[in-house]
Amino acid sequence: MAEYVGKPVLRYDGIGHVTARTRYVDDIQLPGMLYIKVLTSPVHKGVIRHLDTSAAERMPGVAGVITAKDVPGKNAYGLIPDQPVFTPEHIRYKGERIAAVAAVDEDTAMEALEKIKIDIEEQEPVFDPFKAMEPGAPLVRPEGNVWEFNSGKTRKIRFGDVEKGFAEADVIVEGTYTTATNDHAPMEPQVSVAYIDETDRLAIYTVSQDLYFHLGMLTAIFNLPMNKIRYIGGTVGGGFGSKNDIHCDHVAGLMALKIRKPVKYRHTRREETAYTTKRGPWTFYFKDGVKKDGRIVARYVKTVHDTGGYAGMGPYVVDKNSILVAGPYAIPNIWVDGICVFTNKPPCSSMRGFGIINGTAADQLQTARVAEAIGKDPWEVHFINAWRDGDLGATQFKVEAAGLIEAMKRAAELAGIELPAHLKAMSSRGR
Amino acid sequence: MKKRGIGISVGTHPAGLKGGGDPSQAQIRLKPDGTFDLLNGAVDIGQGCKTILRQLAADELDVPLENITHQNIDTDTGPMCTGTFASRVTFMDGNAVLAAAADLKRKIREWAAEYFECSPADVEVANNKVFVRGVPEKSLTMGEVGAMVNWGGKFLVGTGAYTPGPGQQFDPETGKMTAIASLAFGCCVAEVEVDTETGVVDVLKLVQVFEVGKAMNRLLCKGQNNGGAMMGIGFGLTENICPYYPSMDFAVHDLTDYVITTAADMPPVMVEDIVEVPHPNGPRGAKGYSEMTASLAGPAILNAIHNAIGVWVTDYPATPERILKALEAARA
Repeated sequence: MAEYVGKPVLRYDGIGHVTARTRYVDDIQLPGMLYIKVLTSPVHKGVIRHLDTSAAERMPGVAGVITAKDVPGKNAYGLIPDQPVFTPEHIRYKGERIAAVAAVDEDTAMEALEKIKIDIEEQEPVFDPFKAMEPGAPLVRPEGNVWEFNSGKTRKIRFGDVEKGFAEADVIVEGTYTTATNDHAPMEPQVSVAYIDETDRLAIYTVSQDLYFHLGMLTAIFNLPMNKIRYIGGTVGGGFGSKNDIHCDHVAGLMALKIRKPVKYRHTRREETAYTTKRGPWTFYFKDGVKKDGRIVARYVKTVHDTGGYAGMGPYVVDKNSILVAGPYAIPNIWVDGICVFTNKPPCSSMRGFGIINGTAADQLQTARVAEAIGKDPWEVHFINAWRDGDLGATQFKVEAAGLIEAMKRAAELAGIELPAHLKAMSSRGR
Repeated sequence: MKKRGIGISVGTHPAGLKGGGDPSQAQIRLKPDGTFDLLNGAVDIGQGCKTILRQLAADELDVPLENITHQNIDTDTGPMCTGTFASRVTFMDGNAVLAAAADLKRKIREWAAEYFECSPADVEVANNKVFVRGVPEKSLTMGEVGAMVNWGGKFLVGTGAYTPGPGQQFDPETGKMTAIASLAFGCCVAEVEVDTETGVVDVLKLVQVFEVGKAMNRLLCKGQNNGGAMMGIGFGLTENICPYYPSMDFAVHDLTDYVITTAADMPPVMVEDIVEVPHPNGPRGAKGYSEMTASLAGPAILNAIHNAIGVWVTDYPATPERILKALEAARA
């Protein structure tokens, strides 16, 4: 019997990676390939009143200029497809794409960008999600600044009866926590190479984490069926969720379709940090009802997520956070209100954990405070509340193959911490 | 003054999309020399899916690992995969590969049953051979099978797909939503030293343990655990694009100001381990867990800071400025 599963088999492509035999997208050089640079919005919010690219188009060395007018299909993409490839009119964040130039090299393309004449009527932006929620706040979006879930302006999770839980509790513990805007900073920044291949199809070398997911979005933008796009990828130099969103493929593809020459669009590290989607910042408010013995009997959580100028995966991230923000605990009464707010910032989307890392960051400070409030060792609070097989989570899923207690026992052992006997006797297999 | 403290954190992580409905497919074909091509559409983003999917295919087909190539190069040839995200590839693509290998084995058995003139139920595919159970003279190497199948005008391709279930919406009133493929778990213990004059935090020791169902490959787990730990330290102590949030003033745009951890920031003592509670639906019991490796170090460190200096820093990252302000507020 072959038994490779469980064995420390060497990485299939590992030697290739560390000896630079792996070919990444930026390694690809095609004959006659042109380079793309993108004109982005210099203001946080505004309306484009006039755009004139003719001087850039006439510049020697420039092969083409594209704007919103050059999108043959839907000028929108994203998990919630609300972000234009090039904005035709409304600017919702500093860095939003307006036009792209393809030229013989990147310097020439940069020079050409300066020749694009643009008249923007600047408007008052809003950055603070709490201010954005107030009546009369500047509108990031015509439909309002708060995302509408199928449950209204909050993602509602209602499990048990939190008021009853608070009434039964010996102690109430409250806390507010915030997490910051994070960048994925993958080793390989965003890059795309596009050309029309020998069968007259659009071929794109991509750094996408999700070939089929993005292929679907690109068919809508290019107005092409799936089999007219050859989407080439599969090996990526890190992504951490930044490559769950398209950043270069749509621009490179549109340019190749227009000028029918090979093009490369790659981010500098500065462009990568400034213009790609981010892990959005959050504010968490927790209120716990706790028994003296350490049992958490009610947990109320209100979260506010700042998703920037476009939805991207913001509402999805709030959904996923809401499922697990109450932690891996058998709490009989849980109430979660998750709110997703638009502000005039670069769009926030997925990053490693889809909001769960943020929820854990908050819930674990709160749970440590619970232990402090009742004078218990935090291990005790984690152990007695930890999910066992058959427990229900906040959205009523049934926990199976639970393993938190087993992980905690091993971590304590490796940290040289002697747990009390009654905790060591516990198991996820039952209470 | 330098003060030391210990903090802990625990967490859980699901595999796959919230609400489910994120399938993966796989395809395995038998070549004329008895080796195999495994194709799927998952992206190898550094996590090592090419490696573990081959391990699963080799085990299921019971053939040497080096006899299986893996390719995921484009959407012309790669079967569908929702994508490499949400710690889903081990679980979804792993199950799809097992299904494809089982399908190919069934097809090899049916072909061999005709050749050996027996029932497919009596044919075994094992140890890189195809043979009739209990009849040693009726046996072919996989190389012989590959040649006879392909040069004989047949094409044996195993296909498989997996989804944990149909996609689900949240109930608008209660939020009920039960589609979770698997839940992995973890625990982190951090020991820190806080300089109360400068606010600088040194992580002296970090212990991380993850419960992963079944570790497909311990080397790759080690990579995830240590890499995730460093990302978690950055989340806890340094990483912030908007230092004056919600203002966009001084938003940072390069890696001089956006401080990610490097090898130089590794705690002097860094320990990782895994424990295994097999999941009934996971490939060989595996769960998806890798994103969680970055979730636990941050809160463990902030809890350790509180343990060291007696005041809470409740905003991530716990920069020296925030620590000094919290100390100042406590003194006032």
